[in-house]
Amino acid sequence: MKISFTLNGNAVSVNAEPDAPLLWVLRDELRLTGTKFGCGIAQCGACTVFVNGSTRRSCVTPASSINGGSVTTIEGVNGPEAEAIQAAWEKIDVPQCGYCQSGQVMSAVALLKAKPNPTDEDIDNGMAGNICRCASYVRIRQAIHDAADLASNRREIAADSNVSEATNVGLATASEGASA
Amino acid sequence: MNTPINNSIAADMGAAMQDNVSEDQSVVSRRGFLLSSAVAAGGLAIGMYLPSRADARPGMANVMQNAGGEGVFAPNAFVRIAPDDTVTVVIKHIEFGQGPYTGLSTIVAEELDASWSQMRADAAPADADTYKNFAFGTQGTGGSTAIANSYEQMRKAGATARAMLVAAAAERWNVAVSDVSVSNGVVSATANTATFGELAADAMRQNPPKKPTLKDPANFKLIGTNLPKLDSRIKTTGKAIYTLDQYPDNVVTAVIEHAPQFGATLKSFDAAEALKQPGVLAVKAVPQGVAVYAENTAAALKAKQSITASWDSNKAETRSSEQIRADFSKAARKPGLVAVSNGNVDQAINDAANIDKGRTLDVEYFHPFLAHAPMETLDAVIQRQGKNVVSWLGSQFPAADQKAIAKVMGVSPKNVTLNTQFAGGSFGRRAQPGAPFAAEAAEVAKAFGGDRPVKLMWTRDNDIRGGWYRPLTVARLRGAVDASGNITAWDETIATQSITQETGMDSGKQLDPKVVEGSKDLPYGIKNHRVTAHQLNTGVPVLWWRSVGHSHNGYHTETFIDQLLEMAGKDPVAGRMALLGDHERHKGVLQRVADMASWSGTHANDGRMRGVAVHKSFDSYVAQIHEVSIGNDGLPKVHKVWCAVDCGVAVNPNVIAAQMEGGIGYGLSAILYNAVTLQAGGKVLESNFDQYRSLRIHEMPAVETSVIKSAKAPTGVGEPGLPPAGPAMANAWRALTGNAVSSLPFTATANASARRKNTTGASS
Repeated sequence: MKISFTLNGNAVSVNAEPDAPLLWVLRDELRLTGTKFGCGIAQCGACTVFVNGSTRRSCVTPASSINGGSVTTIEGVNGPEAEAIQAAWEKIDVPQCGYCQSGQVMSAVALLKAKPNPTDEDIDNGMAGNICRCASYVRIRQAIHDAADLASNRREIAADSNVSEATNVGLATASEGASA
Repeated sequence: MNTPINNSIAADMGAAMQDNVSEDQSVVSRRGFLLSSAVAAGGLAIGMYLPSRADARPGMANVMQNAGGEGVFAPNAFVRIAPDDTVTVVIKHIEFGQGPYTGLSTIVAEELDASWSQMRADAAPADADTYKNFAFGTQGTGGSTAIANSYEQMRKAGATARAMLVAAAAERWNVAVSDVSVSNGVVSATANTATFGELAADAMRQNPPKKPTLKDPANFKLIGTNLPKLDSRIKTTGKAIYTLDQYPDNVVTAVIEHAPQFGATLKSFDAAEALKQPGVLAVKAVPQGVAVYAENTAAALKAKQSITASWDSNKAETRSSEQIRADFSKAARKPGLVAVSNGNVDQAINDAANIDKGRTLDVEYFHPFLAHAPMETLDAVIQRQGKNVVSWLGSQFPAADQKAIAKVMGVSPKNVTLNTQFAGGSFGRRAQPGAPFAAEAAEVAKAFGGDRPVKLMWTRDNDIRGGWYRPLTVARLRGAVDASGNITAWDETIATQSITQETGMDSGKQLDPKVVEGSKDLPYGIKNHRVTAHQLNTGVPVLWWRSVGHSHNGYHTETFIDQLLEMAGKDPVAGRMALLGDHERHKGVLQRVADMASWSGTHANDGRMRGVAVHKSFDSYVAQIHEVSIGNDGLPKVHKVWCAVDCGVAVNPNVIAAQMEGGIGYGLSAILYNAVTLQAGGKVLESNFDQYRSLRIHEMPAVETSVIKSAKAPTGVGEPGLPPAGPAMANAWRALTGNAVSSLPFTATANASARRKNTTGASS
């Protein structure tokens, strides 16, 4: 069937079987290869994208279900949270093999949008669906805290307001992250 | 459709290898005179060899492309300096997260006095000689050797390039070589300055120094600093290209159904339903199973589900893991091939038990089969192009893979181009001496026929059930402590499968050193010490899994010593220290980690306990302290890990710390959760991450790493962080619950789970 949707802000149409997973439509038909295959059963999160603004495991999302919808992939993710997350990721060299990191970044951006100053527990809840076999988790946690600080500093500067308790827990305790 | 989105990596990395085939080969042929410049040092012929065009092979394509631009300075097989000032280091080791792109580039940049911002990295082509790993004698990555065996070579490569740039500058400015200095990528003398790119063309005409002068390490500016990794940005933005991301024009996707048991073979299959599905191109028998070909991956995966196949299991391994365990256990009751035998362990144990009121301990350990489960499953793209074959593959042993592809495709290895890709993890899985996966991918491509590129992608099911596991291992340990609290005997019998014999690297019946590594060299001074091993066969193919023999031997030796020390009334840290004698580097990391954690015994606050372990592997020394409580699921919850590592010269401490974190997380994942279980009849139970559970972020401890300052030759860090992780955690767990877990993983063992209400607050 013909499937039309908004991809990273642009209207696209593809021919795909209705039950074809979105992952393979993105990769094989649209050649957006940043979104990865890891398990095929929504266990690892390597294929995480946004569908209509929410995180979705594209490996189990039927193509037909996105007809008329909006999809954002790692290639198109943007905005203050994405910028903060990607800058924080690069700053402390989060990736090792890097294969899962597109999915990690997408989940982290969604987390930061929902929780501008996430606690360690928020990070656990928001990121537990993304497996990293290299175990870059210590740095993922720290980078999310760093990004929250970065984004909140930017917001504060933008709002021309005084710095209050907004910068918090995260950064100082990053290396003790999981001990909550 | 064939939208070529995938090569933006080249621009991003500055590597510019894929889109940049220059017709100008003059640079390369002019370099022919360098052929005689191979430099011998330290008994090793280092690879300062740049083949002339006449010698060029398809496998050299990348380097030829790098070297082929107008004015590119290519002083040797490892360094390319372009007119735009970029310095590209050709990396002979695969990058899968352990950091050789950054590490090896750092070493070259140091000797070259380059600016870090001008450095780039690119994968070396398959070439067993030029790009050999001195530890293996052929090209390959493994054994945590990348920095260790490249250190001097990369220093010389950088120093050679520097000397030739300096000579060019001296000639241009008519000054003495000794008047020319290089700093931060700029060459200068008196009032003259030039960038590397400006001197590149002239530098090509200089003779390379016979013996390049290396820096005094005291003057290192880059080595030892936390330079940002070269590949972090492209791996954060989705632009890094892996094998799976290669979409050559007209590519066909293939998936495969394997036999359900190891050693079973295909009898027949029915693909009628599969072939009716849209997009499906063919279904073919190959030696490894049934291959399904389609225009896209969705169609291939769906069609695979509708294939019915029958298999001949006459020659298959049909034992369950439990049966294999029983067989290994039986063997481990008696000594095997002797690795070390000092004193008389039987007498010492007998004395302790019957004569001098000492105590003895007898524990059987079980280590299950483990899958590596890298995030990117095994995959390859192979295309026949006339009499040549082009392949894209996350190859850990490129020369072996190239040879295997050539054999299947019926061409000479020199006609096979192997483009080594970033790999989404490996942990040993891609290090295949016999190249079974490359051979399978080639069979799949060959069976399809024609000249369309064929991309074979394994599913996670193929991966978890695909064999080449960490060997199942049973170890029996007996020990004795005399009445005065001295550990008087250590008798260790290991029953396992030899990887080197499995992979055909060693056909003998002799002891495989990998079987006893970490046990044979137990650092503790115990007078009566025996380690023997039984190398047993199964039909299950086995392979090195991150830290290899240390992955099991590290666990049982470090948990066993912990129990013996407790029987002897000794503190886990002080007791180890007293037994370590002149093993100064072991003692160094142990003392450091004890200081970091302010160790004062196993007790910790908030219902937690601590455990310690120290282990040397791959010539690096690591000690860890884990602080553990009982988690909500009754399993260990590791809160914090302190880690001290001595790996000689620390090229990039940040990368070293990352590898420690990774080794700890990967190790805990296995020790806590993982086993590949052969069921009765030989079929594997687990198939995906729902059953083969991976450590997740909420299960990852905080990690604090300290790197010992050292001037010793650098050693590896990819694996050594793993062996101490399991036992340090398990020792804390024993302190917390009284349960010594000897049968892994923790999830499969009754005494690994504590009932929270009974043990909370337990302390000793």
